[in-house]
Amino acid sequence: MTDKTDKPTAPAGPVTHVAPSPHVGDRSMTTRRMMTDVLIALALPTIAAAIVFRQHLLWQLLGCVGAAAVTEALFAAARRKPWSITDGSAVVTGVILALSLPWSCPWYVTGIAAVVAVVLGKMIFGGLGQNIFNPAMVGRAFVMIGFVGAMGAKAYVTSDPAIDVLTQATPMTVWGSEEFPRLGALFWGNTNGSLGETSAIACLIGGLFLCIRRTAAWQIPAGVLLSASVIASVVDLSSGETMDVLKHLFGGALLFGAFFIATDPVTSPLTPKGKFIFGLGIGSLVMLLRLLSNYPEGVMFAVLLMNGLVPLINRWTIPTPVGGPVPVRKT
Amino acid sequence: MTVAAEGTAKLPAFQRGVHPPQGKVFSADMPIKSLPAPPQVFMAMLQHTGAPCEPTVKSKDEVALGDVVGDCDAFVSAPVHASISGTAAMASVATLPNGRHVRTVPIKANGEQRTGEAMIDDVLGGEWSTRGIDAIDPDQIVTATRDAGLVGLGGAAFPTHVKLTRNEKTPIDTLLVNGCECEPYLTADYRLMLEYPAPVLAGALLAAKAVGARDVLIAVEDNKPMAIDTLRRAVRGGEVRIVEMKTKYPMGGEKQTILSALGRRVPTGGLPLDIGVVVVNVGTAAALARAVLRGKPLTHRVVTVTGPGIHQPKNLLVPIGTPYRALIDFCDGLTESAGRIIAGGPMMGFTLANLDVPVTKGTSGVVVLTGREVRQAGETQCVRCGRCADVCPLNLVATKIALAARSKDWLLAKRYHMAACMECGCCAYACPAKIPLVQLIRMGKVQMPRE
Repeated sequence: MTDKTDKPTAPAGPVTHVAPSPHVGDRSMTTRRMMTDVLIALALPTIAAAIVFRQHLLWQLLGCVGAAAVTEALFAAARRKPWSITDGSAVVTGVILALSLPWSCPWYVTGIAAVVAVVLGKMIFGGLGQNIFNPAMVGRAFVMIGFVGAMGAKAYVTSDPAIDVLTQATPMTVWGSEEFPRLGALFWGNTNGSLGETSAIACLIGGLFLCIRRTAAWQIPAGVLLSASVIASVVDLSSGETMDVLKHLFGGALLFGAFFIATDPVTSPLTPKGKFIFGLGIGSLVMLLRLLSNYPEGVMFAVLLMNGLVPLINRWTIPTPVGGPVPVRKT
Repeated sequence: MTVAAEGTAKLPAFQRGVHPPQGKVFSADMPIKSLPAPPQVFMAMLQHTGAPCEPTVKSKDEVALGDVVGDCDAFVSAPVHASISGTAAMASVATLPNGRHVRTVPIKANGEQRTGEAMIDDVLGGEWSTRGIDAIDPDQIVTATRDAGLVGLGGAAFPTHVKLTRNEKTPIDTLLVNGCECEPYLTADYRLMLEYPAPVLAGALLAAKAVGARDVLIAVEDNKPMAIDTLRRAVRGGEVRIVEMKTKYPMGGEKQTILSALGRRVPTGGLPLDIGVVVVNVGTAAALARAVLRGKPLTHRVVTVTGPGIHQPKNLLVPIGTPYRALIDFCDGLTESAGRIIAGGPMMGFTLANLDVPVTKGTSGVVVLTGREVRQAGETQCVRCGRCADVCPLNLVATKIALAARSKDWLLAKRYHMAACMECGCCAYACPAKIPLVQLIRMGKVQMPRE
């Protein structure tokens, strides 16, 4: 450095800054930390899926995460916005989408789902924090309607017995028949289904981790599980069959949806009360779709529908301040 | 809910709130020392909430310690007294840490100054007999409080005589002395309770006598067990109850103290006296005892100078009006890593940009933080996680109010009860996206047009 003398001399002593209070912040929690928590929690269902579906899981995961990340990067460049990939939300969307797809999903369907998830699900609303609907579910719904064959019940089953489980139908399509797997298989995950949903125990442990870390609000899964159990019990009692409640809880995507999809903070209500109502709504809609619609499973539509109701729920659940509402000034 | 035996009862705390790192270790074990009288003090004419004072001395007037230098006829106001002996100079204007431009009367020290142990003994030490208190006329207490220029020493600096004046419409049944000191780092109230419990108790009884309260409580957070012990021993079965509060920010906010200690809710927009309670800070109680029992005005207060950015953290008895620079210099100055100087605590205090402004009656501490502790900037989008709502002691949804205030959507801000916010800062502390929530709400409250 030769121009040292030209620079203004550094002020003597320390440099202090001026800012309004509070001057300290909770460093343990940042948006990126929340995303990391979700990825850690998703590791369990991912491992469970890897055990059951082996290389199929890997391809879907790489496809979804890769396509989501590239889309996010391109979109950020097109909007001349900062490199938003570092907040981790595209990766989370990619992983959740991958875990909600059938193992056989063709590469182009996977790719379209991921691109739609990021673009239509998130970016066109203005990026992270602005979207109304869960991005992964938007992507999945798009290909579910656009590529019925690649996403329907037949896509899950193959006659090639390289992986034993893949010769069975998914539990929810054979509801009530002899083929329905035993509870133990549902619990540990030794069944067919969308990649991440098969193991109940993996979803439970990962989900509890999220709730304990308070990255996910416990009120949402609690609401989902409560309303689903109540409806399943009522059906149980009226039909005279037993154990239907546990089958409903452990089968299909209910646990995965309750802990990982519905708990997306952006697309769920703000207050604890609102979150619980939101959860109750999802649980009820899932049961409604399972019992009455032609779809074997209803988590995706239930989440999307309740996402749409979030602004309304927020408005219903504005809390009253401690000490009562602000008094109206007399004029 | 079950109630545990008296004395061991831990009261149910107010809901929500946050637990910032306490940082009290820096100065908790430092006994209160007297700051030597500085060569010059600056007596601000507005150190309280209410009407500003007019200087009552001219340039070159000789003033003695305790002489009135500023006064005002308004009810909600408090006179200002010289905190050193010396010569008054021409009034000038200073910008206090809270941003207010106020007139100040400088006093240049001359002659003999009382300092050191003698000063501490005069303000806090010696005998504080509570025996004659029952015979004192309530009006006399109020008058002495007004004449001593007493204001709330907890921070808001509301004139104390206004609180103590009896009002037929709202009888007071409880006097609550607030020793929670929930702001991190500050230990001024803690040292006062630990070292000089007698004036605190005497002040509590005097205040109770003035307002006619039958129930007298001193509330202390459970992170100060030694102070609780000391007070309990000092009370010795008397009529003052020492209640142990859960350590949680903002337990020392009077609405939260009352809710946690008494289970009563101060109505939004109302005052504690609406529900029969008067709250005074422990420092105010001690100053009240001095004003009534010794006839001495408020000229000194205990200030904590602390934080990782200070070489020698201390608790100091400081003449009001001393420039902050004198306090920091007496504590061996700032460390190289000092990054922010705060008048008050880190949750609600104001940043100091100029160290030559004077300490006022409401100054409870100077906290110097380094870059490591300071809240990071770098705001990202709200992910609507609702953490701000999970921590708000008043049960507000900060993100909605703050973003409404930012876009000046006053209808939305109102629907979410913006005016109820007391600006404690829990929301901004907890926000994972580092959105300056309480800062935006503060702006909104000022900017919202009044109908």
